[in-house]
Amino acid sequence: MTTTTTATTTRPTVATVWLDGCSGCHMSLMDLDERLITLAGLVDILHSPVVDPKEFPQSVDVTLVEGAVSSEEDLHKANVIRAHSKFVIALGDCAVTGNVPAMRNYWDRSDLFDRAYVENAQEPPTAEERKVILPLTVVPPLRPLATPLHEVIKVDLYLPGCPPPADAIWFVLTEFLAGRVPNAMSVSRFGK
Amino acid sequence: MKPEELMTMMEKARADTFEHELRVCTESGCMSLQSDVLQKALSDEVKRRGISDKVCVKGVGCMGLCCNGPLVKADKAMYQFVKPEHAPAIVEALATQPIKELLCDTQQPFFTRQKLVVREHFGIVDPENLMDCIAHGAYQALLKTVTTMTPPQVIQEISDSGLRGRGGAGFPTGLKWATVSKAGGTTKYVICNGDEGDPGAFMDRSVMEGDPHRVLEGMAIAAYAVGAENGVIYVRAEYPLAVKRLTKAINLARRHELIGHNIFGTKFSFNVELRLGAGAFVCGEETALIASVEGKRGVPRPRPPYPANYGLFGYPTLINNVETYANIAPIINKGAAWFAQIGTEKSKGTKIFALTGKIKNTGLIEVPMGIALRDIIYDIAGGIPDGKAFKAVQTGGPSGGCIPADLLDITVDYESLAKAGSIMGSGGMIVMDETSNMADVARFFMEFCMTESCGKCIPCRVGTYEMHELLDRICEKRGTPEDLQLLKDLCDMVKQTSLCGLGQSAPNPVLSTLRYFEQEYQNLIAEAQAARGQTTHADTSEHIELEVLP
Amino acid sequence: MSAVTSTTQSITLTIDDKAISCRSGETILQVARENNIDIPTLCYLEGLTVWGGCRLCMVEIAASPKLHAACATECTEGMTVRTTSPRLKQYRKMIVEMLFAERNHVCSVCVSNGHCELQNMATKLEIDHVRFPYRFPHLAVDNSHDYMRLDHNRCILCLRCVRVCGEIEGAHTKDVKGRGVLSAIIHDLDEPWGDSQTCTGCGKCVNVCPTGALTHRGTAVGEMTKKTEFLPYLTLMREVKL
Repeated sequence: MTTTTTATTTRPTVATVWLDGCSGCHMSLMDLDERLITLAGLVDILHSPVVDPKEFPQSVDVTLVEGAVSSEEDLHKANVIRAHSKFVIALGDCAVTGNVPAMRNYWDRSDLFDRAYVENAQEPPTAEERKVILPLTVVPPLRPLATPLHEVIKVDLYLPGCPPPADAIWFVLTEFLAGRVPNAMSVSRFGK
Repeated sequence: MKPEELMTMMEKARADTFEHELRVCTESGCMSLQSDVLQKALSDEVKRRGISDKVCVKGVGCMGLCCNGPLVKADKAMYQFVKPEHAPAIVEALATQPIKELLCDTQQPFFTRQKLVVREHFGIVDPENLMDCIAHGAYQALLKTVTTMTPPQVIQEISDSGLRGRGGAGFPTGLKWATVSKAGGTTKYVICNGDEGDPGAFMDRSVMEGDPHRVLEGMAIAAYAVGAENGVIYVRAEYPLAVKRLTKAINLARRHELIGHNIFGTKFSFNVELRLGAGAFVCGEETALIASVEGKRGVPRPRPPYPANYGLFGYPTLINNVETYANIAPIINKGAAWFAQIGTEKSKGTKIFALTGKIKNTGLIEVPMGIALRDIIYDIAGGIPDGKAFKAVQTGGPSGGCIPADLLDITVDYESLAKAGSIMGSGGMIVMDETSNMADVARFFMEFCMTESCGKCIPCRVGTYEMHELLDRICEKRGTPEDLQLLKDLCDMVKQTSLCGLGQSAPNPVLSTLRYFEQEYQNLIAEAQAARGQTTHADTSEHIELEVLP
Repeated sequence: MSAVTSTTQSITLTIDDKAISCRSGETILQVARENNIDIPTLCYLEGLTVWGGCRLCMVEIAASPKLHAACATECTEGMTVRTTSPRLKQYRKMIVEMLFAERNHVCSVCVSNGHCELQNMATKLEIDHVRFPYRFPHLAVDNSHDYMRLDHNRCILCLRCVRVCGEIEGAHTKDVKGRGVLSAIIHDLDEPWGDSQTCTGCGKCVNVCPTGALTHRGTAVGEMTKKTEFLPYLTLMREVKL
């Protein structure tokens, strides 16, 4: 699919997305502190949990994705991101390895639901109540496994870390802006 | 036993002849179709008629055409699909004409194109009857060896014969013996590897069940040649009949002092014991087998040191396969030159194959090396049933590969098979017709390798799991082109870095099917792509280079 | 003092274009490390018998079509060894990636985070993601011992613990059950660690474990550090006695 760059701007566009993660990677992004202001002068941030648009833009140069792909909605988002982004960065261990969200993969979903909504309920729900309580209809259904982003879409760069340090994010972004492919492993690692 | 005694025994046993012989196959294949019940029915019938002095009913080794079993040889006639209720008619027919409905054509290519060396007494001798075996020449080669030959002469004879290991790799047997013979120390071991575990392979089982004395004799000759006094036969416990027959053979040979102290009055002593494997494929690998015999966990260790120098309990050890040992006695009896004229320049002698899969005649065959693969499949095995087309033949078990139709004219020898991307292996041949999907075949063998990996080295332990997982995705139409590339990379890595032969050869079924049938993998992936629509890895977005950024 | 037999000879060889001399009987790995040439390993540990299981130390030897495990290959006269190449790098990467895919190595919540040989290896080999499908097995944590813990989720089956327990401590409490990816470390006849009659509680297994699989209880994320310096010392002391 070809993409058309928005005519109003010649600056690179950036989006950040939060899938199944703790938002720690976005916190780390916030930890850029005053460098955020520098960044805002260099790029247009079109989409982000901290910008709050509803729709993912038609075309973005670089998208940073936090979190594992855990629900059907995550999968849908991932596909949209891929289709509308020139460059996708898996931001942080959840997007890179599955990390903590993937720790649910050792059990069946039904066991998880039982644990979360039945066993821990103050009063055990009746069979009728169970149908309503269990998150099977209204909220996006969980996929059988929470997976790293690259299991469902093509990822162009991996920045591991839990979360990746602000300096690492800064390094990767500035390298990009300078037209270089950064070596993320020089600034971060799994679990950092 | 003194040398004269063996001759006397032989003559006496040969004099004990009957007017008629009824030979019933009593190996595992026919036994599973109640050939033991059949044998009893025949004996009862002979007794009932009071002709026990004229008719001998005996159990014999495999006659090859397992798919038509149980097989019975009644004097010159061979009967197939025999049931216990046929017993009276069979005994009746001994005096008259053979029963037409049960006759098996012994002039068909399945029988006429074979060359029996290892299996020469199969279907003739009773493996549980030492006298019968001796009547047909058992232990004559051992007698000749220990009374007239020096150990270097024996090794020379085996080297001259050109015999190569029948376990799979085809290492020259004479060279192996010479290495163990040169190793220092007074304690040495010979081991017989009867841990046959390839899917679709039962050659060694048949040899152990059908002529156990020949295996013992070969081991004793090997022990004499390399200077060992102790032997171990390692058999998998899943072969209870082989275990029973070998145990009986060892006991009988011991009782008649054919093994034990000062064999034939010479200084040579040789003792054998039987060890049972608990059912791990990897224990067919020599260092893992040794660990298992020592009572340790059956995992391989890095070589060198090779068992020839550092083997069982740290002593020099000779390990050969069942079929290799079974080739020794004929070589000694008939000479290296006789053996060397069978086969090709580099692959001498015969090879036993277990024919299975989509062919008319399944069973065991022994053919001279160098026979064309086409002759085995279309002549001996009778081609593909139900009018289907031949697709591929898998040789060498999970370590082997698939050979496609356009290579059917290659000859069966170590070099040609390796060139075609497969191996001789221990002798399994699984024929597949057009209905088989080759990616699925690769998945089957990979599953075997995955469940049989011992877990010691990472490339084999996790690599076989990951290869299986990727094959599963492809076969279940969930695969992507990236999965296929990853599979190829994995095959290369596992082959190059695994510790033992099991891991190093685990990718072979994938590599050989990719070599000849990659289109089938591509088709499955294309179907997966189509089913998924356009939302896949590769085609969601063009990969746009970074230059768009300032 | 280690016994120097009369058969010991001096050998010259080349490792990564560097001319090196050593004694016969020394392995490529030993000689390379003595000469500050790094060959990655996970199952090897000085003081324990060579295992040859991780296959990270595979090297190329000139004129040999195969790769050789540096830990298990003795140096020979005139040998030319190459310890790194694009192919070897790729193989090593894949091996370590496979370890991450095999079990549940969640670095961020591991007591050994920051002090883990597997994690460091991934960084060293520049592994930024795992290409293989994750296995996500459901594995237990043996919390039965008073002050030590075995977390199968983080075990890479290097068997250092099994070897140190059998070879150095002499207890042979630990061994392996199962095969392939289903292999697992066990105590005695697969009993809870705390119930083991043979475990002396020496803790050597914890110290030699490269990951967070064997740890002291009561440690939080990143708090578990290990020492392996005692091993060559113990091995040496044992030789002196002999």
